[in-house]
Amino acid sequence: MKVRISDDALAIACGADAVAKAFTDAGAEVERVSSWGMHWLEPLVEINGIGFGPVTPADVSDILAGGADALCIGPVAAHPFIARQQRLTFARAGKTRPLDLDDYYATGGWQGLAKAREIGPSATIEALITSGLRGRGGAGFPAGIKWRTVAGAQSSQKYIVCNADEGDSGTFADRMVMEGDPYVLIEGMAIAGHAVGATKGYVYIRSEYPHAIAKMEAAVKACAHLIAPFDVEIRVGAGAYVCGEETSLLNSLEGKRGEVRAKPPLPALEGLFGKPTVVNNVLTLATVPWVMANGAEAYAAYGMGRSRGTMPIQIAGNVKHGGLFETAFGITLGELVNDIGGGSGSGRPVRCVQVGGPLGAYHPPSQFDTPFDYEAFTGVDGLIGHGGLVVFDETVDMASQAQFAMEFCAAESCGKCTPCRLGSTRGTETLDRVLAGENVDANLALIEDLCDTMKFGSLCALGGFTPYPVMSAITHFREDFVVRNKA
Amino acid sequence: MSLADILARHKGREGPLLPILHDVQAEFGHVSEDAIRTIAADLNLTRAEVHGVVSFYHDYRSTPEPRPVIKLCRAEACQARGVEALVDAMTPNPAVKIETVYCLGLCSVGPAAMVGTDVYARLDAAKLETLVKSL
Repeated sequence: MKVRISDDALAIACGADAVAKAFTDAGAEVERVSSWGMHWLEPLVEINGIGFGPVTPADVSDILAGGADALCIGPVAAHPFIARQQRLTFARAGKTRPLDLDDYYATGGWQGLAKAREIGPSATIEALITSGLRGRGGAGFPAGIKWRTVAGAQSSQKYIVCNADEGDSGTFADRMVMEGDPYVLIEGMAIAGHAVGATKGYVYIRSEYPHAIAKMEAAVKACAHLIAPFDVEIRVGAGAYVCGEETSLLNSLEGKRGEVRAKPPLPALEGLFGKPTVVNNVLTLATVPWVMANGAEAYAAYGMGRSRGTMPIQIAGNVKHGGLFETAFGITLGELVNDIGGGSGSGRPVRCVQVGGPLGAYHPPSQFDTPFDYEAFTGVDGLIGHGGLVVFDETVDMASQAQFAMEFCAAESCGKCTPCRLGSTRGTETLDRVLAGENVDANLALIEDLCDTMKFGSLCALGGFTPYPVMSAITHFREDFVVRNKA
Repeated sequence: MSLADILARHKGREGPLLPILHDVQAEFGHVSEDAIRTIAADLNLTRAEVHGVVSFYHDYRSTPEPRPVIKLCRAEACQARGVEALVDAMTPNPAVKIETVYCLGLCSVGPAAMVGTDVYARLDAAKLETLVKSL
């Protein structure tokens, strides 16, 4: 009998190591696998396909004796949270040992790379364009078009850079790929290298992810012979949120301050060390092997409108059933929050959901019919970003959330452009006055004007998108601001 | 490991400054003025350039931190799960340094914290107090 327990950072943070040790001490054979992504059940224990969670060391003897019915969720794969998903990028989640090459091979690993090598660079790029895969980091730019630009550039050296600086609150899909299925990301990078003519790849991982860094370091060593002549190196960030912006990330990789660069030139033409560079998010690259192995049309068959394929959506914050939910574009926000997420974790009514990280808008329940789709979210003055949902219950004070968004921008601004550097500080001060009840209406009008300047005048998304949380809070939850009016 | 060893380790690497600074910080607990001078000379950069990089990133310290450090996530997802109330309820403990981080990627099981590379989730006042005392 094998006992399967995740060794992903989230499972460990919830106590998985102690549970694993208790099983080992009791004489059971423990296998550490990736996480299924049902986070409210972690540490989740799987025995012969049957799940138990959340498990503590005290439950172990009961489980081994065939009891612990209260913790039993039945067959894990048939659980509604899993059965409702369409897992392509996360096809292996919960099923394989992250660093085991045999497991990876047995579950279709390296087939995408083999296919790309067989059909050649230009057909690979055409397939990616046909698949409709768009950058999953947030910008949503068609990945195949970016690759074609890099492939067409003439240079003695080109680079593949994987953006693993997943700093958005409410997101953890990149972390789960790196900790749960690291080879799929490396395979995606190798395919990119083959397609555009690059022999060197860098993965830039944020320093807040030590488990992901360790897994990726080990994975890169273990599969080096399989991806040669392509070579992948892991680099570690240093706690700057703005380095998730691609040009800032490139400066950081070069050993400079993580300041944003003006575009043009595009990184595709003048990127890392001035050379043509593909910069893609973890999820984008980790999806490429599936597209190559199963066909572009098969991928494009999922989704809606111009949002093709699936999105690994991350359900977080004050929610009953938080975790990783990968599904075709088109599912509504309300289904995600209420049906799948089960509503708030506190049991109080849900007041709003922030979608797309700290730079995403706060959406009230009146917008819960919005389908998960790049264009649909733009239509309601929001963005899907990296696919993170943070649920808040009715106890949230939206004026404080708006204030936090400005403060965060002030703390993390790289300082390169004026609207972001000065705007965020002046915005914080002005919202301070609103929170103190001083001339609320006049100060909110000032904030609106400032947000307009930041949105259209900033060099990158940090200053440019901070207005989304601020303005959505003011627009949809004005009562939280005016109640403070001293007049 | 000496600073010279660290510099030797990264010879020939592309863009070696951040990896060097990470090693220096790990080895000595901070990046000193002397270290900045030596690194700058070795990489043929100005002292101002290296200082600019060190001061840009939140991870690098200019002075060592003698106390154990708890990195407590105070980003939106942990806010939604009550981290601010946790902070308000904490008994000040001068023997431990509480640092704010924005996101540890444990957003569905917050409030979350990290000590070194050890991660903690589903923190409440009692668990946080126990964690502080254990350091």
